[in-house]
Order: sequence, then C-alpha cells, then structure tokens
Amino acid sequence: MRRCLNSPFLLILALGAVVALLPLILPSNFYVRVVAIVYINALAVLGLNLLMGFAGQVSLGHAGFFGIGAYAVALGPVYLGLPGWASLIGGTALSGLLAFVVGRPILRLSGYYLAIATLGMGVLISMVVSNEANITGGPNGMEVPRLVLFGSRITGSLTWYWISGITLVIGALIVVNLIESPTGRAFRAIHDSEIAARVLGVDVARYKLLAFVLSAVFTSIAGSYLVLLDGFVTPNTTSFLLSIELVVMAVLGGLGSILGSIVGAAILVILPQFLTVFHDYEHAVLGAIIIVFLIFLPSGIVPALASLIRRGPA
Amino acid sequence: MLAIDNLASRYGRIEVLHGISLNVRKGEIVTLVGSNGAGKSTLLRAISGVQPVASGTMRLEDKLIDRWRPHHRVAKGIAQVPEGRQVFAPLSVDENLRLGGIVRRDGNIGADLDEIYTMFPALAERRRNAAGTLSGGQQQMLAIGRALMARPKLLLLDEPSMGLAPVLVEQIFATIEMLKTRGLTVLLVEQNANVALAIADRGYVIETGRIVMTGTGKELLNNERVRSAYLGM
Repeated sequence: MRRCLNSPFLLILALGAVVALLPLILPSNFYVRVVAIVYINALAVLGLNLLMGFAGQVSLGHAGFFGIGAYAVALGPVYLGLPGWASLIGGTALSGLLAFVVGRPILRLSGYYLAIATLGMGVLISMVVSNEANITGGPNGMEVPRLVLFGSRITGSLTWYWISGITLVIGALIVVNLIESPTGRAFRAIHDSEIAARVLGVDVARYKLLAFVLSAVFTSIAGSYLVLLDGFVTPNTTSFLLSIELVVMAVLGGLGSILGSIVGAAILVILPQFLTVFHDYEHAVLGAIIIVFLIFLPSGIVPALASLIRRGPA
Repeated sequence: MLAIDNLASRYGRIEVLHGISLNVRKGEIVTLVGSNGAGKSTLLRAISGVQPVASGTMRLEDKLIDRWRPHHRVAKGIAQVPEGRQVFAPLSVDENLRLGGIVRRDGNIGADLDEIYTMFPALAERRRNAAGTLSGGQQQMLAIGRALMARPKLLLLDEPSMGLAPVLVEQIFATIEMLKTRGLTVLLVEQNANVALAIADRGYVIETGRIVMTGTGKELLNNERVRSAYLGM
C-alpha cells in the first residue's frame, strides 16, 4: 500500500484498471453517466491542481475556460460549420491562447490579488456568454450538436464514459510525467519559495504562465466533453459557482495530489446525488460535510490518508 | 569579475543602498561585513536581479548586466545561496540539487551531482529525503551544493553561518576556501565578521547602505573601528 501511494506510475495503472472494470459493476446507465461526469470534472480539477497544487497559483476563474470549451463545441458547428471535433480542438486552442495572453499580466500578482484578477477574468467570460443572447441563447442556453466521428454519431452514456475515462488516464499520465520532469520541479520550487527559485535561475514568469496555459487547456477540454455528453450548454458552464466548485474539488481531494483531484471530483459529483433526500437542505448538508472534511483532513483527503497509512504499522 | 559602480536601490520610496561601488576580482573571496539592515542582502539580491535598481551599473566580466533577467544572470555565471538557506522543503535533496542546474543547457548534470555528493557525503545518504527534514548544517550544504549545480563563476553567499553551531560554521567556511582553490570567485556577506574576514582576500564594510571602509581581510581584522563595531573587541 505504501509503495502504491508513492509510485505515481502504479497510480496510473490502477486508475486505468478502475476505468476499464467499473462499467462491469455499475448497476445502470444512470451510474455510468454519473461516473463519466466524475471523470470529466476530474480532468478539469487535474488541470487546476497543476496550477494551484503544484505551481502554487490560485485561480477563481477557471470556469471561464470550462465555458470556452463548452461554447466552442456548441457554436463552432452552428456558426462556422466546423465538425464537432475541430470545434473542440479550436476551443482548446482558444482557451490556451487566452490563458497565454491574460496570464502574462495577471500572474505578476499573487495571493488574494491573483484570486481577484482571475475571478474578474472568469466573470468577464461569463458575462459575454450571457449577454450575447442572439448567438449563445443567453441564459436559456443552446443545443449542442452531437459529435460525429468517422461518420457515426457519438452519443450514449457508455460511449462518453469511455471517452472521458481514457482522456482522464491520458491526462493523469501527462501530469505525472510533467511533475517528475524539470518543469514539474520548477513548478514545485516556485510554490515553495519564489525568491529562492528566482536566484537559482528559474524563469518564474515563464513557468507560471506554462502552468496557467496547461491548466486552461485541461479545463477547456472538460467543458467541451460535459456539454457534448449533455447535448446542451448553458451559462452555468462559465459561472463563478463552477470556478469555486473546481477549487473545492481540488482542495478537498488534496492540493498537489493526482489521486486527490479524482477523489475530490468524485465526492462533489456523487455526494449531491445521495443528498437529494434532504430536499431543500441538500446544499447545506453538502457544505457541512465539506467543512467537516476540511477540519479533520486539512491537507485534503488523499494526502491526509496517505500520511496516516505511512505513519501506521503498515 | 564583478564591478559595481554607484549602485542605488530602494524599497518603495525608501532608499536602502546609496551609491555602492565595489569590485570582485577573479578568484578572490571578498567579504562584505555590516550589521543588520545595513543593506548587505539587498545588494546581493540586486546582483542576482531580484531587487530593482534605481541607478548605477553592474558589470560581469565587463558586460553590463543591469537589464538582464535573474535566470539569465544565473546562466551567465552568478549563483546565489540565499539568506536563511531557502531549500525547497517538500522536494527531495536530489530534486533540490537538480533544480540548481535548471539553467544548464548541456543537460549533463549527472557528473555534477556526483561531485556535490562527494563534496557533501551527508547529502548523499539522504538524497531521497525531503530537504525540510535535514538539519540546519545539512540544509546549508544543500543550499551551497544547489548553487554550485549551475556551474557559477561567481558565488554569492548570504550569511551562510546563520544559526549554525561553531563546528558547522568552521566546516562551511572550510568548504568556501576549498571552492576558492578550485577557481571559484566568492562574494560573501556575513555578520560573523571574524571568520568571514579571516578567509577573505579583501573586504568591504557597509553601514546604512554605504561602503564606509575597504581593505584586505587582514587590514580590516586589525582595524580598530572594525574590531569594536563588528568583532566585539
């Protein structure tokens, strides 16, 4: 067990096995769909974790990138006549480009100021989407054309389960490789002591920007996937609330933990499904559960459990 | 090697360095002594490029470096061991050292790693451990080793003796002298003036942002004013 938690590549193997085997035990299509949504959220959180958990830079505006990915696959086919997959790639590129352009000035800020700046960026994107009602359908949202690959329409929960699951495994593999690389070391060094990183010759501005762009790309792909699965997009995909949810998933699961990204996403997606029995108090109960988790496991669920296991008589 | 002329620097509106001029020649150990708040660390930070400069010039081997970004200065041969060591606590010893070589374009840092581990055997034993779990002396060795990984021409050391037991201080200064014999040029900032001047070829005394005295290490050690102000004699 100890080994397992220490070796990131075993983690990828285990994740792959879970993705491959889970459909065999999931009782219905409903659950397959829920798990697909977990994978999609986990992909976004993985990206955000790269920025927050590893490079140590906060973002309260990542729903902006999620929304760009989401609206790209809705608008691309309708207005530009692009196939869905090209719209997805285009949206991803646009998110990356926007992160590159916006990131340069705002990543000079840190702490609360960076939080506010990214928040502003997210709100701006959200406002554009809501206000351009004649293109985006405004608050009513719009239909997303089904993805067509090799002449067949990609629909159904199980299909999207596989697409999102495989993408998540690939995404996790990329993050694992990156973290162990010189670039990943630079991210973690900046997180720990920016000043020491700078006098050692780490080009801090460049690495922060790289982390920001990468995280935007991950989040944007997740946004595209989610609305392709749903067949519908609304401004909720760009909302401030979603930005916060992504941050909560990352913090709850454990900043700087790959498995934590997935666990955090799983809890925030699955828990509300079971809390519906509380009706109007659903959100209050969810909030209370999150608070309890963070009080008792302040470093996040996965890192806290990992250190418990390490300390225990394993 | 390093020539600083009339350098001024400020934090906001408060000027902390008022026209500093100093020289470090190739192969020398130059010590900068001064009390807390005299501007020693600020000067080193300015040389590394992480502290803005208001006026004056800095040259490395006759090239003007004022506008170079910090990572470029490291790539061109200026490495710093920052005040308080600043090792990356959650990262392993090995990762800390590898980070020191981040500006290297040759990618052949394996040999340098081995060299550092030979120089500091205590680090080799703990190469997989998080740097934060090392003792103070080991952390200082790691900070020095990490800076050496950049293969600097000029090593800036900010208070390497801070918070260390006398035995360890001796060890650190012996290391610095050994590095000199290998051709490294050293600019050393210290409050522990006694030991720092003893190994120095030359020294400068800095008081409230100005250089007030200069001479060989011996001259300063024997100077009445230095003795009473910094050596407690």
